Amino acid sequence: MSYATEPEGKAAQTAPEGVKGGTRPGFVRRIADSDIWYSFTRSPLTMVSAVVTAIFMLAALFAPLIAPHNPFDPASISIMDSFYPPIWEADSDPRFLLGSDDQGRDVLSTILYGMRISLAVGFASVIFAMVIGVTLGLLAGYLGGWVDSVIMRIADVQLTFPAILIALLINGVARAMAGPQSYDNVVFAVLVLSIGLSFWVQYARTVRGSVLVEANKEYVLAAKLIGLKPITIMFKHVLPNVLGPVLVIATINLALAIITEATLSFLGVGVPPTEPSLGTLIRIGNDFLFSGEWWVTIFPGITLAILALAVNLLGDWLRDALNPKLR
Amino acid sequence: MIAFAIRRLLQALGVMLVVALISFMMFRFVGDPVNQLVGVDTSPAEREALRQALGLNDPVLLQFARFVIKAAQFDFGISYQFKQPVASLIASRLPATLELSFVSALFALAVGVPMGVYTGLYRNTWLARAFLTISLIGVSLPTFLIGILLIFVVSVNLGWLPSFGRGDVVDLGGGWTTGLLTKSGLQSLILPSITLGLFQMTLIMRLVRGEMMEVLRTDYIKFARARGLSRRAINFGHALKNTLVPVITITGLQLGSIIAFAVITETVFQWPGMGLLFLQAVQNVDIPIMAAYLLLIAFLFVIINFIVDLLYVAVDPRIRLGGAAS
Repeated sequence: MSYATEPEGKAAQTAPEGVKGGTRPGFVRRIADSDIWYSFTRSPLTMVSAVVTAIFMLAALFAPLIAPHNPFDPASISIMDSFYPPIWEADSDPRFLLGSDDQGRDVLSTILYGMRISLAVGFASVIFAMVIGVTLGLLAGYLGGWVDSVIMRIADVQLTFPAILIALLINGVARAMAGPQSYDNVVFAVLVLSIGLSFWVQYARTVRGSVLVEANKEYVLAAKLIGLKPITIMFKHVLPNVLGPVLVIATINLALAIITEATLSFLGVGVPPTEPSLGTLIRIGNDFLFSGEWWVTIFPGITLAILALAVNLLGDWLRDALNPKLR
Repeated sequence: MIAFAIRRLLQALGVMLVVALISFMMFRFVGDPVNQLVGVDTSPAEREALRQALGLNDPVLLQFARFVIKAAQFDFGISYQFKQPVASLIASRLPATLELSFVSALFALAVGVPMGVYTGLYRNTWLARAFLTISLIGVSLPTFLIGILLIFVVSVNLGWLPSFGRGDVVDLGGGWTTGLLTKSGLQSLILPSITLGLFQMTLIMRLVRGEMMEVLRTDYIKFARARGLSRRAINFGHALKNTLVPVITITGLQLGSIIAFAVITETVFQWPGMGLLFLQAVQNVDIPIMAAYLLLIAFLFVIINFIVDLLYVAVDPRIRLGGAAS
């Protein structure tokens, strides 16, 4: 996330005042003075979601240090420990804070490790979608002509269908191409590919729109005049000026990507149970909901819900804060 | 109007052709159709004969044309896993999905519109804030999680409603089954419909709320107030009526999404519909079912978009006049 906040802080600060060179205040000072920081401190809900998101991300990052058990280490888990309830219930075991699952794994530890996988797939898919969408949007907007028509027609057709359906289809095709044996090796690549490819359209459309505006500005004409290659102009000169909205979409998409990954895993076409993500954990636990072992599915479910809600709220706030029309 | 309809129809045909091309390429190039149909001990000569018989040695363009013609006649080939015609498999599952989707859409409208009107009129009451918070949760939470939580609370803890299947169904003839006529069928519908419709409900609520707030600021509402009309007449007769055009459009467009999102709800509730069939096809790499489902969903989307476009023109004279001028 530190990547995301830096350019926004800069853009919000320098854009209205047009600071050029000279004595630039330090990074912390500029963030603290910016409009975006002001609007952040005025919204308690946003601050809470930012703190929650940060805690979840740190917990996921340092899962091996925090987690009381290593759920992937077969030596440390015992089937004899299966289905202990959370410690406030009767017949619990103090080793398992939130209870244990069918294989005797600690639910809290599987959640921490699962969140790691969920977030990793989410981030990777968003970055993949962003790279594809921004590149295609730049090409479509800058080159125009048939390149523009082809890219935008594909985008239109894809936009007709819900993202989850496209992700499912790509997943099915990738499964068929990889073959059942080698599928487990490529499952993460397939997930990132299917989620990324179902989200690129939004980036492409936004970037194309901004590029159409930027392409007529003087700095682009000047760059053309001194004989720079179109590739250089597109990526070195136009790109930095159209990135603002892209970062907003990326934040909102992160929540969507996490949810999509969880949904695919829940449907049984995502991460395998040997290295479960939050969605896989919910899927595994769902089988035990009726036999009374509710904690196996409800705790990962609540974790996913809070994570998605917090990131969503952050994205909403960022969109409003960066939208000059709403100020 | 007619020129507009024809132009839209041609665009729709174009989209369908593109989707058909994708389906065909999946069908033809992902995996070997012959390998899926025969056993391991089939000799190369027999494989070649089958290949010839299926027309897989013909030029690709000819094969595509054949695929499109067959698809237009609802012939999608044989399912790899069930060894039955795909068309009859889908036809037997279609009623369950359509029933669930329509009940969900009705639920979304019946609950979403009043909630939207209320939150638009009384913005600062605690109830309006509660509605908005619920809608935020409805937008943020994944569908399957809402389903699981509903099952956990209503079915497991309270034991009020069944949590899976369709209950007893009645055959209306022609293979069209309905659960709307039996008690257990209706009970089984409640939880899946809420799960599937919740997202659309929040969407409709927010839309109606936004439109209401916008309309209430306009001059003709002020004029209606000045004329001394009752609050009821202003709010429902004048304001709500004018918010309904976008609501109808969005609901219509969302109907396609509901049918597509039924995949998830059907999995959670083991609802024997098309979505569950499609998901099994994805898991088992059953390409004919995947291709057929893709085409069917695309067809539904295109039809819905087309009807909504025409309705829009019929309802809003400004678009009609603008279209005629251009």
